[in-house]
Amino acid sequence: MRTVIGLEIHVQLATETKLFCSCSANYFAAPPNTLTCPVCLGMPGALPVLNRRAVELALRVALALGAEVQEISRFDRKNYFYPDLPKGYQITQRDFPLAVGGTLAFRVDGEEHTVRIREMHIEEDAGKLIHTEDGALVDMNRCGVPLIEIVTEPDIHSPREAKEFLRALRTLLRHLRVSNADMEKGELRCDANISVSRDGELGTKTEIKNLNSFRAVERALGAEDERQRELLARGAVVEQVTFGWDERAGRLILQRTKEEAHDYRYFPEPDLVPLVVTREWLERVRAKMPELPWVREERFVREYGLSPKDAGVLIEEPMRADYFEEVVRACGSAQEAAGWVLSEILRYWKGDSPPLSAEALGELIRAVQSGKISRTNAKETLEEAISSGRNPMELVSEKGLSLLADEAELRRVAEEVVAENPKAVEDFRAGKKQAIGFLVGQAMRKTGGRADAKKLSRIFLEILGSN
Amino acid sequence: MDLIGVLEALSQGKTALGEIIDGLWECIGEVEPTVRAFLSLAAPEDLKRRGVKLAGRTLRGVPIAVKDNISTVDFPTTCGSRFLKSFRPVFDATAVERLRAAGAQVQGKTNLDEFAMGSSTEHSAFGPTRNPNDPERVPGGSSGGSAAAVAAGEALAALGSDTGGSVRQPAALCGVVGLKPTYGLVPRWGLVAFASSLDQIGPITRSVRDCALILSVIAGHDPRDSTSLPVVPQDYVTELEGGIEGWKFGLPKEYAPRELGTKALALIDRWASVIEELGGEVVEISLPLTEFALPAYYLISSAEASANLARFDGVRYTVSVPAEDVRAMIAASRTLGFGREVKRRIMLGTFALSAGYYDRYYGKAQRVRTLIAHEFAEAFQEVDIVFGPTSPTPAFKLGEKADPIAMYLSDIFTLPSSLAGVPAISIPGGKVQGLPFGLQLIAPRLEEMKLLRAAYALEGDLA
Ligand SMILES: [Zn+2]
Repeated sequence: MRTVIGLEIHVQLATETKLFCSCSANYFAAPPNTLTCPVCLGMPGALPVLNRRAVELALRVALALGAEVQEISRFDRKNYFYPDLPKGYQITQRDFPLAVGGTLAFRVDGEEHTVRIREMHIEEDAGKLIHTEDGALVDMNRCGVPLIEIVTEPDIHSPREAKEFLRALRTLLRHLRVSNADMEKGELRCDANISVSRDGELGTKTEIKNLNSFRAVERALGAEDERQRELLARGAVVEQVTFGWDERAGRLILQRTKEEAHDYRYFPEPDLVPLVVTREWLERVRAKMPELPWVREERFVREYGLSPKDAGVLIEEPMRADYFEEVVRACGSAQEAAGWVLSEILRYWKGDSPPLSAEALGELIRAVQSGKISRTNAKETLEEAISSGRNPMELVSEKGLSLLADEAELRRVAEEVVAENPKAVEDFRAGKKQAIGFLVGQAMRKTGGRADAKKLSRIFLEILGSN
Repeated sequence: MDLIGVLEALSQGKTALGEIIDGLWECIGEVEPTVRAFLSLAAPEDLKRRGVKLAGRTLRGVPIAVKDNISTVDFPTTCGSRFLKSFRPVFDATAVERLRAAGAQVQGKTNLDEFAMGSSTEHSAFGPTRNPNDPERVPGGSSGGSAAAVAAGEALAALGSDTGGSVRQPAALCGVVGLKPTYGLVPRWGLVAFASSLDQIGPITRSVRDCALILSVIAGHDPRDSTSLPVVPQDYVTELEGGIEGWKFGLPKEYAPRELGTKALALIDRWASVIEELGGEVVEISLPLTEFALPAYYLISSAEASANLARFDGVRYTVSVPAEDVRAMIAASRTLGFGREVKRRIMLGTFALSAGYYDRYYGKAQRVRTLIAHEFAEAFQEVDIVFGPTSPTPAFKLGEKADPIAMYLSDIFTLPSSLAGVPAISIPGGKVQGLPFGLQLIAPRLEEMKLLRAAYALEGDLA
């Protein structure tokens, strides 16, 4: 049996203002109904005017996906009643979407997959209902926030693939600076169609709406995949239905059957003229495109000599990739920067900004490279700097962690160690070369770890060799 | 005296704004109890007081009546519907804003068929308006209040809105001048939408030159309306007097069918001879798609209306009926809030857009619309102006057209030009059965200057 999945993804565009009015689109944490005007409230006599910035962000996505941007696209009204939809229709694009075609490639366990894009269009978001004990209240702040809807072809064959595709899409959207694409905040939303079929037959697809986390996408599709397989195995029929997903209970919830399907009575939006994307406009957008994640990944491998795996982890988040490049500039070594960012910094990186500034990390790396501080002490200092929010080099000097750079002082310590450990000296002379390691360790203890082990080892060899 | 006459008298100090306002209110006191043109009225003292500061502007503080589907911040804007009985907009329509900027004041808001759907002003939730020429008869519609107010002498001029004839037909039935501009010439910002792709605000006035003056004030691009044309404002008054010598006037044979009756046909003959006397040439033409305009219009306008009126759902606005769930609340509120004619159109429009019917009805109507626009474009290769009667009959009696189709037929001569988006004007063309009968002139897209010049040339000789 074969599983076929197609996705419909809504992405909130990170514009300053809404799609058809000049209200702020940044509604997160704004008091209810404070970001509204006659246009987004759908008041009688108000008319929409298209936000060209939203179109430009949408065009970036279309170009990145290699979609065919339509010179002329058109807006339509999608009619349905709901209290969070103040006009009684949503302005969207159905018959003539902004772009058609395109692909997105991504990896699952190192294996490359490609999903074709069917079409991509612009539409407005609806408001939100807030349920209280006294009934439902409406918050119209989100009304008219610009969205793009990306519809894939049914090219996905497992719930895991669906999740990885979405992750790759999120990475792309973030690199394009078109959306923060945070699923928890509703900036990236996913509806999925899934059908399981016996080989050579056509399956019946069901829809799962409002999947609001990567985990939900994988789990909900997993549950439905299993359900359909079980039905087919029993020789039963899959009905064409729409589900919701209860994340807490981990259960699909039947929302409607085929008979209850909506008729949205789409027709061309008479308040807007067709959207014309001239070649010049498209070229201006293309000229200002940020570097694409896969281009950047290749560049990291080529320019910095990183392994494809390390480069892949770094470009997952544009902020991470930016940070890495800043650290490279600050410390001068890509290998060091990658090592520190991947094995140290990422462990502490939780929020929207890096746990330590790139300059401070660069300085610390330079200190290790120049032999001013040991690698072990540097790592400890890093942890302390991050938890205390202080500058790591300040901590280094405050705690006297700077390496003993004075050759004479190191020689004095080494001679002391030689005098105190005749057994090890004898072993060395008897041919046990590893005894040097023991002596170096003793010297490190005496210096509180502030000595450079390589230097010490050379000095020991000199002392023992010269005797 | 027309509006320009009043403005001249004011500028020459022959009269004062207070006197003008007193005159209007004297008339209102006399006829308004019968005519019922207004849904709300300003206080004359307020108009006089505020008018003082406006004396230096083009319109010198004169009051102008505004149809009650055009938004005004200082009056409710009811659209003749229970749903908006207590609705007061938070912004002025562009046309109102421009009138105020030119020194006019809003005199009051005039009655209309609910949401501008109708041809008689009988479908207002606040009662009908009556024709000042004969109170037994309707003033036409849907801008019946505006046309009746101007015809009765209660208003110097008014704004109406025309979707399929709603300015021209009441102007014709009341015996005044009414212009529907090219679609997109006057911004729709603030005009409560009936059918967005057809709606246009237009002046209803006592004379053609008044019409030109008001149009000069309200026309021109507004970035708040995406369908408003990128046209620079123009002074339509200055070139009115050029005459029509050498112009070709086309009379579509579909606009003069035998069914009009001998009196109306005789009047059309008279119009033709006046045109010729003034140096114009009259030719018979044919616009064979005329008969398809009515079904196409009702499908398109009702489809758009079904969406435009979806916002009245009981969540906001005057009418909200509590019920056990959201669906029931919406249904109960809309059942109570809308009148019969509005419900009829919503049903028609909803049906025309339904899955499986879209292509057969809405889709086909749009194709017919395109063909009608081509038909006009072709006609204007031949002639400068198309003319004919505005409406097939003079004013009919209240309640006479209970059958909706009979009512819809009242607009058969105004619908084609609405669908084509071209400008058209109705001027008094004489009388039939002792009642005003309107002459409609139609011009190519954005040729308002030409249209007004022809109307101006003819109006003197037809009165
Ligand atoms: Zn807004």
